[in-house]
Amino acid sequence: MSKLPLEGIRVIDMTVVWAGPFGGALLGDLGAEVIKIDSTHRLDPNSRGQNFTIEQLRENGHDDVSPDARPYNLSANFNSVGRNKKSVTMDLLRPEGREVFYRLAANSDVFIENNAPDVVHRLGIDYETLKQHNPKLIMASLPAFGTVGPYSHFRAYGANMEAVVGHTLLRLYPDTDATNATGVFLADAAGGATGAFAVMAALYHRRKTGRGQFIDLSQAENVMHTLSQAVMDYSMNGRVQTSYGNRNPNRAPQGVYRCAGDDAWLALSVGTNGEFRSLCDVLGQPSLADDPRFTNLAARQKHHDEIDAIIEAWTVDKDHYEVFHTLQASGVPASPVLNTAEVFADPHLRARDDWQQVTHPEAGTYWHLRSPIHHMSKTPLYIRKHAALLGEDNEYVYKQVCGYTDEEYQRFVDNGHAVTEVVNSRT
Amino acid sequence: LTQCIAGPYCTKLFADHGAEVIKIERPGTGDVSRSMPPFWHDEPHLEGSGLFLHLNTNKKSVTLDISTDAGRKVLLDLVRDADILVENFPPGAMASWGLDYATLSQFNPRLVMTSISNFGQTGPYRDYKMTEITLYALGSTMQVTGMPDRPPLKLGLTVENVYAGMVSATATMGAFMGADLSGEGQYVDLALMEIQAANQDRAVQGHMIYQYVGGPTGGWTRSGGGSQGRNILPVGVYPCADGYVQFFTLQPLWDRVCRMIDREDLIDDAHFRAPENFTNNAEVKAEFDAILLEWLLQHTKREVMEKSQSCGYMCGAINTMEDVFEDPHLAARGFLAEIDHPHTGPLKYPGAQFKMSETPWRAGRAPLLGEHTREVLSGVLSYSDSEIDALRQQGVV
Repeated sequence: MSKLPLEGIRVIDMTVVWAGPFGGALLGDLGAEVIKIDSTHRLDPNSRGQNFTIEQLRENGHDDVSPDARPYNLSANFNSVGRNKKSVTMDLLRPEGREVFYRLAANSDVFIENNAPDVVHRLGIDYETLKQHNPKLIMASLPAFGTVGPYSHFRAYGANMEAVVGHTLLRLYPDTDATNATGVFLADAAGGATGAFAVMAALYHRRKTGRGQFIDLSQAENVMHTLSQAVMDYSMNGRVQTSYGNRNPNRAPQGVYRCAGDDAWLALSVGTNGEFRSLCDVLGQPSLADDPRFTNLAARQKHHDEIDAIIEAWTVDKDHYEVFHTLQASGVPASPVLNTAEVFADPHLRARDDWQQVTHPEAGTYWHLRSPIHHMSKTPLYIRKHAALLGEDNEYVYKQVCGYTDEEYQRFVDNGHAVTEVVNSRT
Repeated sequence: LTQCIAGPYCTKLFADHGAEVIKIERPGTGDVSRSMPPFWHDEPHLEGSGLFLHLNTNKKSVTLDISTDAGRKVLLDLVRDADILVENFPPGAMASWGLDYATLSQFNPRLVMTSISNFGQTGPYRDYKMTEITLYALGSTMQVTGMPDRPPLKLGLTVENVYAGMVSATATMGAFMGADLSGEGQYVDLALMEIQAANQDRAVQGHMIYQYVGGPTGGWTRSGGGSQGRNILPVGVYPCADGYVQFFTLQPLWDRVCRMIDREDLIDDAHFRAPENFTNNAEVKAEFDAILLEWLLQHTKREVMEKSQSCGYMCGAINTMEDVFEDPHLAARGFLAEIDHPHTGPLKYPGAQFKMSETPWRAGRAPLLGEHTREVLSGVLSYSDSEIDALRQQGVV
C-alpha cells in the first residue's frame, strides 16, 4: 500500500465538542499524526463527554468493559471522533506545562483548535506567541463566529450559529413557529470538514513557499454557504424565504409518509412528470398520471394534500424498506427514513465495507463507521488505532517528540502534568 | 465535470482559494443548476440563477460535449496537464464515454480523480436516485429532527448537498496532497449516503451510543418544541420582543442565566437551587420559564443574544435573511462580498469560508456559459483557430 497522503504531518489537536474534533479526525484519517491535548484538570462537557458508566455498558451486554475504565475513556463522542488520535496531557495553567506545549509546537506542523476565543490567549498559546517557537507552524482556529469582529467573544454551539445566519427559520414545519425547532448541529460538521480542507490548503502553500500561516474560520460563516438559495434570493430579489417544511416548490409530490411499524416513514421526492407517472404505476393507479389535478408541477403543488393522502394510503401498511426498493426499481426517488439501528444494519453500507471493528482497551470492541472519505483507490483509509485513552501517549510525546530525558519526563509525571487521571475536575 | 450542488461546491472551495478550476459544461444548457431557482428578478435565464452564481465563483467555463469522440479528445488533452478531475455523473457514465480512471490515469498518472455520486460506484443501491430529502432520510438524523407527534422533518433548502461538497473537497485535497509528493494520483469514490451516515451532526455519536446502551435512535429523540433542557436552564428556542432566540448549554450555569435576566437575587435562591426542583421538575421549570419570559419579551433578539453572551451563556438570535444582511458582526468582518456579474450587476454573496493570513480569498464571479472555451482551447491546449472553429461547427464546443 502507498503511503497515506498526510503521513509525516504532525497535528496538535486541542479541539472541543464536535467541529474541531471532526476536523482533526479527517486529518488523522488521511494519515497525519494527530495528538490530542487533554487537560489535566478540566473536561469539556462534550469532547470527552457523552460518557457512560461501566455499569450501563455491562447491563447492555458489554462484558469486555474494563473494570478500571475511567469515565472520560468511555465517551461516545471521543471514542468515535478520536479515531487514530494520540493523547497527551499537560497543565497549561502552569508555566512548565506551557513550555511542554511550546516544544510540541516547535516540532509540529499544524495546531487546530476551536475553543472559546479567549482561551488560547489566556493560556499563552495564541498564534503570535507560537510562531516565535515555530515560524512554519500552521494554526487553524475554528470558533463559532471567527477570531475578530463584535461577536468574536461569543460562545455558541451549532444550533446557535445556524440561528444567527438564518437556517433555523428555513427548517420548520410550515404551520409552526420557531419554538418548535429541533436543535441541529450541521455547523459543527461543516466547520470540521472545511477546517480540514483549509489546513491542507495551508500545508500545500507551505510546501511551495516554506511559510506557515494563521487560519480564521468562523463556523457560522462557513455554514451560511449551505443556505445558497435563500442568501442569493435575498441578495438578488430582496425576498426573505420561509420554510417549506418537507415540501419543495420545484418538485411535487415531496414528503414523508407513514409506513407499517413504530415510527417508520418513507421519504419521497418526485421531480418530473415521468417520475410521477412511474409513481402512479407503482401505486396501481396509472390513470392518476392523466388526472388534470396532477398532470404538471403547478397542478400537483395545488393538489399536494390530495396526492399525499393517496400515497400514504398505499405506504401505511407496508414496510418502509420494501416500498423504497419498489419505488426505486421504477425510477422514483425515495428512501426509508432510517434510524440509527437501521443505518447500522443497512446492506449498502455493509456491502461497501463502511464499518470496521475496533477494540478499545477500556470500552471494549465496537463497530465504527470508517471515514466518509475512505474509498481511495491507492490509500484506502482505515481506523489504524482506537481513540486514545486520556494521557495514553504521554511518554511518546514528552520524550520522542519534545525531546525530554527520562528524568525530566518523570518530573512531569510527578508534578501532575503527564497524567492518565483527571484530578480536581472542574468545568 | 460537476453539476448541480455537491460537486460544484467541492470545486468552488478550490477555485475560491486559488486553484484554476475549468468547468466543463454541456453545450447549449450547461450545468443543470443554471436552470434552477432563485433567478435574478425571478426571470429564468442561464446566467441568472443565484444558486449557480454562488456555487461557481472564480471558475472558468468551457462548453464541451464529452460524449463525442472529438469532445473526448479535447478532455483528454486537458487531463494530461491537470492535477485534479472532479465529476458527479451517475456511476458508469464516465466509463461509457471511455473516461474512467483507468483510462485517464494512462494519460496522466499524477491525476487525482474524484467521483461524487449518490451511493458510490459500487453496492446494491448504486443506481438508485436521490434528492435532498431522501439523502437526509438515509443518515439517521432526519428520524430525530422534528416534533414527536409529527413526521420527521428535513433541514432547509439543500444544506446536506452543500455539506457533501465540503467533505468532497477535503477528500480531494487529501488525495492531491499525497499525489503531489509521490507523483502518483489515485481515484476517490465518494458517496453522499456515506457522508450523511458519518455526519458529525448527531449521527456519529449516535452509532456509538446505540452500541453502548441500545435504543434504535442512538440516544436522540424528535424533541422539537419548548425547552429541551432537563433542568430549569433554558435550552432550545424562546420567544422575545421581536422574534426568537436559541439558547444552549450542557453545563449547570445557573448564575449566568440569573445575571442575564438581571436577577442576581435568584443565584442562591433555595427554592430553585434545591436539586429536586432544579432538575426533572416540569412544574418548577414552568415557574422559572415565566420569569425568564417576562424578561425576554422586553428585549429584542439581538439584545438578548448580546446580554446572554456577555454573561457567558450560549445564545443565538434566530435571524431572517434580512437580519443576516444587516448583522453588525458579519458587516464588521466583511463576510458578505460584493461580486459583479455582467447579467446581474453587483450582488452580495457569502464570502470567505475561512480567512488565511498569507493567502487571501478571491472574490471572483461565476463564468458565463462557455465564456472561456476559446481561451482554454487556444491558451492552455494551443489549439489553432481553425481547429476550434471546426469543433464549434460540429457542436462539440
